[in-house]
Amino acid sequence: MKKSNDREVATPHLAEEWVGKVYTFICILFLIITIFSMVYFVASKGLSTFLVNGVNVKDLLTGLKWKPDGEPPMFGALPFIFGSFSTSILAAIIAAPLGFCAAVFMIELSPKIGRTFMQPVIELLAGIPSVVYGFVGLSVVVPLFRDIFPGQGVGIAAGALVLAFMILPTITTIATDALASLPAGLKEGSYALGATRWQTIYRIVLPTTLPAQMTGIVLGIARAFGEALAVQMVIGNAPHIPHSLFQSASTLTSAITLSMGNTAMGSVQNNALWSLALILMMMTFVFVFIIRWLEGRKKL
Amino acid sequence: MGEIALSAKKLNVYYGEKHAVHDVSLDFAEKEVTALIGPSGCGKSTFLRSLNRMNDLIPSCRVTGEIRIGDRDINEGNTDVVALRKNIGMVWQRPNPFHKSIYENIAFGPRYHGIKNKKQLNDIVEESLRKAAIWEETKDRLHKSALALSGGQQQRLCIARAIAVKPEVILMDEPASALDPISTSKIEELISELKQDYSIVIVTHNMHQAARVSNKTAFFLNGHVVEYDKTEVIFTNPSEQRTNDYITGRFG
Amino acid sequence: MSAKTADKIATGIIIFITGLIALALIGLLGYILFRGMGHISWHFLTSPPETIRKGGGIGPQLFNSLFLLVLTMVITVPIGIGAGIYMSEYAKAGKITSTIRLIVEVLSSFPSIIVGLFGLLVIVNKFNFGFSLLSGALALTIFNLPLMVRITEQGLRSVPLAQKEASLALGISKWKTIRSVQLPIALPIVLSGSILAAGRIFGEAAALLFTAGMSTPRLDFSDWNPLHSDSPLNPMRPAETLAVHIWKINSEGLAPDATQIAAGASAVLIITVLLFNLGARALGRYMHNKFTASK
Repeated sequence: MKKSNDREVATPHLAEEWVGKVYTFICILFLIITIFSMVYFVASKGLSTFLVNGVNVKDLLTGLKWKPDGEPPMFGALPFIFGSFSTSILAAIIAAPLGFCAAVFMIELSPKIGRTFMQPVIELLAGIPSVVYGFVGLSVVVPLFRDIFPGQGVGIAAGALVLAFMILPTITTIATDALASLPAGLKEGSYALGATRWQTIYRIVLPTTLPAQMTGIVLGIARAFGEALAVQMVIGNAPHIPHSLFQSASTLTSAITLSMGNTAMGSVQNNALWSLALILMMMTFVFVFIIRWLEGRKKL
Repeated sequence: MGEIALSAKKLNVYYGEKHAVHDVSLDFAEKEVTALIGPSGCGKSTFLRSLNRMNDLIPSCRVTGEIRIGDRDINEGNTDVVALRKNIGMVWQRPNPFHKSIYENIAFGPRYHGIKNKKQLNDIVEESLRKAAIWEETKDRLHKSALALSGGQQQRLCIARAIAVKPEVILMDEPASALDPISTSKIEELISELKQDYSIVIVTHNMHQAARVSNKTAFFLNGHVVEYDKTEVIFTNPSEQRTNDYITGRFG
Repeated sequence: MSAKTADKIATGIIIFITGLIALALIGLLGYILFRGMGHISWHFLTSPPETIRKGGGIGPQLFNSLFLLVLTMVITVPIGIGAGIYMSEYAKAGKITSTIRLIVEVLSSFPSIIVGLFGLLVIVNKFNFGFSLLSGALALTIFNLPLMVRITEQGLRSVPLAQKEASLALGISKWKTIRSVQLPIALPIVLSGSILAAGRIFGEAAALLFTAGMSTPRLDFSDWNPLHSDSPLNPMRPAETLAVHIWKINSEGLAPDATQIAAGASAVLIITVLLFNLGARALGRYMHNKFTASK
């Protein structure tokens, strides 16, 4: 038996295996280091408002007045937090039923039109850049709202409507996947009992896919919550809690976008913006954990 | 009996909690065909896959016991699995040619193992295809996709691919069960040819095939080897009642 | 109301809403193209913008967007594919791997403005890369890596196990198997995914405001030496991209034709993204046909 040549071929491929392992590991390590440094840097900047500049955490989270240049400066971020939550949740409230209907159409009513026509429509909606959404919002939605409702047209309603279209693809795609993965027997059982399609949908399909639908909705809210430019362009950017949906307002992202460039690094005004970014980041964690929790329930 | 090419000693394989192969000890002689028969799920394929450490790919799979080539145990931690697999070729139930040209399917292995010379590679490709009895059908389309071949041709291509790296042992996992009768008989002829140069271990659930192609046969049942002997003994005069029941078709 | 009537009404509503969504997209695209197309001309695409006068173009911005896209992809693709290979082939199932998976998921959920801010803090200031193409490309890399990892994993998972086994059984190393057997089969998915990712990069603005910057120096388009400060290829110069430009003229544009410029630029952006989208589809279909036809 020729066992001697084993050793000759042994060396080069061992080195090669090592190259592959090390290379791919470095790549993933880069990713991990990046995220940890992101958390570290944003957190240390965001916390310095409280630790270095001595701003009270409670004042920032619940304060109603944002006057960084005031005397004394006031850093009440509640209007921004309120703006972010109200626009993104309102956007989800608009988009969720639309997405569900589109999903039902694509899976239950006409899979053929769904695949050949609606699928590309949804993908294109997902592909449109956010500044374009912002531009259309600014030049179509805002003037429209200005004509119909009292006020300038900008505000939470305009922001939510623009965001609704931006998150519609996410919600629709996940709803479609959920409907498509339903076991066929489930629906057939219902039809066999004489239920109509609509009865089957809201008695069987909707309850069974609810956790998945919720996942899509939360993902949508998360995306809307973090969206910056499109919202900033249509919301009006007034730093207070508005009295109506059609009054100028602000979100965390719009405040950061507008002011970050106009404040000096290290100043309390600048650090306060980083605190807003920190809130945004913490909310991302919250959303990820809600989604994980929902996905865990889906498996049951 | 010739020299021992490969031998398993007290081999156990587990999939998670499932104990798939129990204490199997078998010697495979050089340049002979050994058939592993038994009903489906009896552990014969699992056993075969542990002979070239293919079970390493299955995360839940655990192997204990020895597999010896010469004086080495391939289950030892420091075994160079890549070098080992070069010496032990494998052919699967479903033909799985690479998504490459016919030529590349054959040349891929030898080129990796250090043969860069174009002429030498061409020779290896031709020789391997000839040995696998598929040269005549493919010589005019060597650079066409291998996926365009028929199932039987693909399987012979896979055999050619295995012998191109000059292994000593070839493992075959039901190599003809996905093929039509004509292709099957071609593969069987081929196996008889190949045993002049290679030691072959073939898993089959087709007892006639085992009887036709093999020198020795091991009968597996529920992860145990019930009987291992010369093929004619197993099929004409088995010493175990269960073997007799199986080959006469009482179960399985 | 009988169940049958309710069913009919519900079906009608569903069809109506679905149609509404399709109409919204068509309206959206139609509006942008209708408003913007008229403004697109060779002059518009190639000349620099004007701050207060009429007739500015988007030449440098368009170039910046394309150049930044190339830079980003050059950095993103090797790292993303490497990390994707790690996740799909090397990572062993267990606590550590699921933690890494969570980390990648978190990174992919970060708002792009956060990525931009991190870029400002670390890449622009700490590494002292300044507002530059390179800073922008690195920020976009961070923004896009999770997607690239997911695409690679998806592609590799589509490769039949039998292919991998066949290669390993020939005594081919795992790394060579990945490169020469698995990746080529995964390529259609990886490629069309990358093109879609490219579309996303092309339209991204929030991550770039504070990294690539909101201005472009006067460029000398006859100087292609990347080391010269006014060369378009210099990666260390600030670069306002098309998407950032659209945002900027909408929020602080002074030129009298700002709206038309925004519309024209939006149309260019949309057309490019559409091309990426169609390109990814066509490529996916072509590769799919090539594979299935030969089977």
